[in-house]
Amino acid sequence: MTNAVEIRTVTKVFGTFTALHGVSLSIQDNEFFTLLGPSGCGKTTLLRMMAGFEEVTQGEILLFGQNIAALEPNQRPVNTVFQQYALFPHMSVIDNVAFGLKMKGWPLEKRRIRAGEMLEMVHLSDFANRAPAQLSGGQQQRVALARALAPQPKVLLLDEPLSALDLKLRQAMRMELKQLQSETGITFIFVTHDQEEALTMSNRIAVMSAGHVQQIGTPRDIYESPNNRFVADFIGETNLIEVEVEAVADGQAQVVLPGGHRITTSSAARDKGRHHLSIRPERVTLGSPGVGLQAVVEQVIYLGTDLQVLVRLEGGTAMQVRLQNAARITVPSPGDAVGLHLEEGAARLLSD
Amino acid sequence: MAGPATDSGSSAESTYRSARIPLLVPTWVMIGVFLVLPVALMAVYSFLTKEMRGGVIWEFSLAAYDQFFVNRGLFGDEPASLEWTYINVFARSIAQAGIATVLCLLIGFPTAWFIATRPPETRGVWLFLITVPYWVNLLIRTVSLRFLIRENGPLNDALMGAGVISQPLALINTDFAVQLGLFYSYLPFMVLPVYAAVERYNFTWSEAAADLYASRWVVLREIVLPIVKPGIIAGCLLVFIPSLGAFLAPNLLGGAKSFMIGSLIDEQFKKSLGNWPFGAAVSMILMSLVLILLLLYARSTARQERP
Ligand SMILES: Nc1ncnc2c1ncn2[C@@H]1O[C@H](COP(=O)(O)OP(=O)(O)OP(=O)(O)O)[C@@H](O)[C@H]1O
Ligand SMILES: [Mg+2]
Repeated sequence: MTNAVEIRTVTKVFGTFTALHGVSLSIQDNEFFTLLGPSGCGKTTLLRMMAGFEEVTQGEILLFGQNIAALEPNQRPVNTVFQQYALFPHMSVIDNVAFGLKMKGWPLEKRRIRAGEMLEMVHLSDFANRAPAQLSGGQQQRVALARALAPQPKVLLLDEPLSALDLKLRQAMRMELKQLQSETGITFIFVTHDQEEALTMSNRIAVMSAGHVQQIGTPRDIYESPNNRFVADFIGETNLIEVEVEAVADGQAQVVLPGGHRITTSSAARDKGRHHLSIRPERVTLGSPGVGLQAVVEQVIYLGTDLQVLVRLEGGTAMQVRLQNAARITVPSPGDAVGLHLEEGAARLLSD
Repeated sequence: MAGPATDSGSSAESTYRSARIPLLVPTWVMIGVFLVLPVALMAVYSFLTKEMRGGVIWEFSLAAYDQFFVNRGLFGDEPASLEWTYINVFARSIAQAGIATVLCLLIGFPTAWFIATRPPETRGVWLFLITVPYWVNLLIRTVSLRFLIRENGPLNDALMGAGVISQPLALINTDFAVQLGLFYSYLPFMVLPVYAAVERYNFTWSEAAADLYASRWVVLREIVLPIVKPGIIAGCLLVFIPSLGAFLAPNLLGGAKSFMIGSLIDEQFKKSLGNWPFGAAVSMILMSLVLILLLLYARSTARQERP
């Protein structure tokens, strides 16, 4: 089966600044695919090249197997939900939603019906005749979504559509978007710098930084098997500890921690020498001293659902541990000597 | 909860109102002295009797309006019919002003677009350049234009020298020369309001429309023009209205047939052959016409701002 979108070693240069360095991605049909990365890493640029607003400096973009370099934005079967919505201010909500259908030559009656259905889908039927300026941010966002979905594009591009909303609305919209994607079967390419958003909605995620794709995978892959320091650090919280690798084979490595303790871990690194080890704080448990990694508790921070415990390993490395604030746990106090137990999947050896 | 809030709101409002009155005095004085008074004076003059060597006799008379609208033949003894002479002058003036406005729009819109799409740092320089020629007095600019386009003027010399034409173009003393003069006089009045509208235009709207399958031309027609329309209308009014009453361009650049309303009024107030009440009446009729135009404009924008 051909991919919905195929990006082949795409480079984008603005003047003397290279915004994207040979990016390659394959996005499957019906997929909810997310481009995740910090501000300025080139997410919008990549999206704008797919939509046709930005020329590709080098490389090519295929849409269902067809090279789209020569197509103008209005000839691409791709619609965009813009970051700032970009609703047409001189048209009512329903006219905004029907605009794409009008351009495609649908007769008035048909496009009325369709636009009405779209507004119903985003729960805005009562607002059809309002001007966009009379809607709240969340409502405008949904109009933008309905407008982009109305012509049934093959691929929908969404550029941080939730970033202007408050937390509650954002969480509700995540679910709605996800549901909409599975109902319509349209390929969604979603841009965000919010890792939680990416993890909760996506089938697959491409983590980007400074114009490079760092890792592509399912949310679970990205979170549990990060390849490098950037990904491990950007997604969730982690402890990064510099370690000595003694042996590495078949994605497993034996490493020596600063205190001299040896552990075996899954590995993205392929060579021996000094590498970074990522240890997820919520996969570590505290036990009695003498068993596992020896450490001393330095501080306990109460977070409501969790307790954050700051410890110092023998050898002097600081680490944080997350304990679920369940009824049965014994809360450690500063000065306690403890033994740390790394659960399955807690540690991952990184390639850098 | 709502009660006190409304109370304090309305008392703040009334303090604000009473503080506003002294601040508004200069404005009212300005409007009174420079707008209401002259117009009232003209209105009164238009109903007075003319003095033979200019000026007025303080005696009520409808002669001025009668002269404008009613034809009683050369000796005033024929049955009354509609007088076309001055209506024709109005019609010609409207046509001239209309053509000048269209010229200003055709050149002014792309110019304003160009400036508004430059980087913000350089926009000021472009706007400045647009206004530089207007530091020179309008009379002098119009005379220069006359010099420029006359039969043996630099324009014809250059065109003949370059071999584009073999005979000098008869530009001077034509309607076209008048249109050119009006265009040149009032171009910035088109560029500036259109610029202000285009500058506020968000180009993501064009991208959104293109994304929804609109071609470039359709984007212009369906998105850009409707959104910047208030600026275009303001520019057209600012060019059309002064063009309608202009007298320098028709007097200095036009021929005998290019006579416009401004020239007609101008003539009535010249010392010996003038007719002040008639000049005042023509001014009042011109002003009513302009007022009607402005009311139509106000209505069209009011409709646009409604949800
Ligand atoms: N037209 C342009 N000219 C020059 N540089 C540009 C242009 N557009 C983007 N850039 C640069 O390219 C880089 C990537 O920009 P882009 O807008 O793609 O980032 P982003 O990942 O979408 O960031 P954000 O999360 O802040 O939206 C940035 O450093 C930006 O300054
Ligand atoms: Mg962006």
